[in-house]
Amino acid sequence: MSKTTDTPPADTPETPDVPETPEAQAAPAAAAAPAAAPTVDPRLLVREEGFKGYLADFKRKVRGGELGSLPVVVGLAIIWVVFQSQDSLFLTATNLANISFFLAATGMLAIGLVFVLLLGEIDLSVGSVSGLSSAVFAVLSVSHGMNALLAVILAIATGAAIGALHGYFFAKLGVPAFVVTLAGNLGWNGLMLWLLGSTGSISIKDAGFLHLLGQQAFFMGSDISGAYILATLAVAALLGGSLIEQSRRRKAGVPFRPTSEIALRAGALAVVAFAAAYMLNQANGVPVALVIFLGALVVTDFVLRRTSYGRKIFAVGGSIEAARRAGINVALIRISVYAISGAFAALGGLFFAAQTYTANLGAGGGNILMMAIAAAVIGGTSLFGGRGTVWSALLGMLVIQSIQTGLDLLNMNTSLQYMITGAVLLAAVVIDSLSRKTQKASGRG
Amino acid sequence: MTSAPVLALRGVSKRFGAVQALTDVDLEVHAGEVVALVGDNGAGKSTLVKTIAGVHPIDEGVIEWEGKPVSINRPHDAATLGVATVYQDLALCDNLDVVGNLYLGRELRRAGVLDEVTMEQKARELLSTLSIRIPSVRIPIAGLSGGQRQVVAIARALIGEPKVVILDEPTAALGVEQTAQVLDLVERLRERGLGVILISHNMADVRAVADTVAVLRLGKNNGSFPVAETTHETIIAAITGATDNAVTRRQARTAEAAK
Repeated sequence: MSKTTDTPPADTPETPDVPETPEAQAAPAAAAAPAAAPTVDPRLLVREEGFKGYLADFKRKVRGGELGSLPVVVGLAIIWVVFQSQDSLFLTATNLANISFFLAATGMLAIGLVFVLLLGEIDLSVGSVSGLSSAVFAVLSVSHGMNALLAVILAIATGAAIGALHGYFFAKLGVPAFVVTLAGNLGWNGLMLWLLGSTGSISIKDAGFLHLLGQQAFFMGSDISGAYILATLAVAALLGGSLIEQSRRRKAGVPFRPTSEIALRAGALAVVAFAAAYMLNQANGVPVALVIFLGALVVTDFVLRRTSYGRKIFAVGGSIEAARRAGINVALIRISVYAISGAFAALGGLFFAAQTYTANLGAGGGNILMMAIAAAVIGGTSLFGGRGTVWSALLGMLVIQSIQTGLDLLNMNTSLQYMITGAVLLAAVVIDSLSRKTQKASGRG
Repeated sequence: MTSAPVLALRGVSKRFGAVQALTDVDLEVHAGEVVALVGDNGAGKSTLVKTIAGVHPIDEGVIEWEGKPVSINRPHDAATLGVATVYQDLALCDNLDVVGNLYLGRELRRAGVLDEVTMEQKARELLSTLSIRIPSVRIPIAGLSGGQRQVVAIARALIGEPKVVILDEPTAALGVEQTAQVLDLVERLRERGLGVILISHNMADVRAVADTVAVLRLGKNNGSFPVAETTHETIIAAITGATDNAVTRRQARTAEAAK
């Protein structure tokens, strides 16, 4: 108990260092009446009530290396300011709408990767699997005339099966995930080329599910209320959820978020959500692809944070041995996580196909894989496992898509784009590693 | 302690290939009793607790649980009976908070969703009845000191309402103050009516909290002593097998001279 946790000495309260309450040592029997003794350690920094305490807590976390999404938000602001100063078209509604549409496809891949990164592993096959998925969909629905929805389901199921296969090799046979998925990257790309055959490209009808994912589909048919309904829903859900949780916690007698903090969070979300809704309404409304992406984020976030399956993923990412001893089937978790990654890759592939209405030989190639990994890491999910949220897929994609669109606006070369994105990825990984070091130093390793 | 032992080993033997790790070992643990299991390195302490924990099934002998013979073939069997083991490497997840670790693998759910509020409430109750002081149940394990991690690991073993708790070297890597905390906790386990098997190399710790000391030597029982009536030297002698040495001879002589 002598090392207290995350406190820079300057912040320590002026209490003399009482080495444990005396009654705890002298008479353990007496300590059985805990209600009488204060359960708070005097050396501990407790968060003060109200907004001031919230701010102090935030400062302390940042100094302790728990940066969360702070670097990426700052980075995004810098990127936007820089591009806006170079080209006044950057912060226009049309351009922002473009960013919000195009980030969805790679973002889907990034969601799957967040799951894999939480285990402390990597999936290098998501690019190829996304390409294969678009080819599977095109061959089934166009060449064989299958029902489009069934073809979508089969394409996603193919991705999940491929992911489960990778997971099997990794979890059961002990092959490093890096190698398995690298082999998959090549192999599944080959299968896609074989499927597409000599024609090399299959055009897909702009209809049904694929129409929804395309550039011409907007939520509620670009009705101006659509965007605001979504924003209101999001704020209401956050506010309602937080207040219900607060009252349950208050009833149970455990610490709860003060109302001021809930109001602050909901207010911040409201500002962002309604500003985004206003901007998108200036263009054509909210792209359906973006809505699906956000929906997927909400669902996966819920799964990771609120279900025991999600808890198991974090446990395996934190300590395999501890997870095993707690009775968690580690192999099953690993296989299922790779299946999830494969399924999201396949779904992302359909998003890509809907951007051009074709399945072609180049699908899933190029820098898609790197962009997806970069997005997850830039957004704040640790490469070392056990730390991160799916929202990093959104934040990271905002950064990457902003850079790409901005450089396109400035007519920069692809060469420069690659170099800049590479540098941003490196910066993100450096921040991840450094914040881990700081956390270790301040006892939050 | 007149009642039947909650856990009893009768004539337990265990072989690994050509090595006879345990030969005909007996051990009894009553409810509300702390049994210290001591012995030199390689005496079979770890093997013995692993047979109880279900890691290594026994070859011969009987394990009795509350008077009835049972077979423990996997860790799950031991857990179902009510045996909880805290191993030396604590195996906690650094990235999860205290509540998450306490309930790992047996999360409470409410309509299929993690019931964080109830888990936090019960965790705080459990920790406060054990007088465990940690900064907050919501900080990651990585933010705790070694002693705090040890008490969390022990508290974690209590979540499943066990009847026997096995502690493997709980104070091995701890400082003075932290060792005191863990020993306090062992006493509180006894007050709760749990049977405790404590493996330790530290005689001072053993004498401080144990009721009975069971000595193993070369895989065999080498005496079981009530702590209150046994001298330090007797226990050390049983551990090392040195029943006749300079110290004991001198003691015998001075005792004779005193007569």
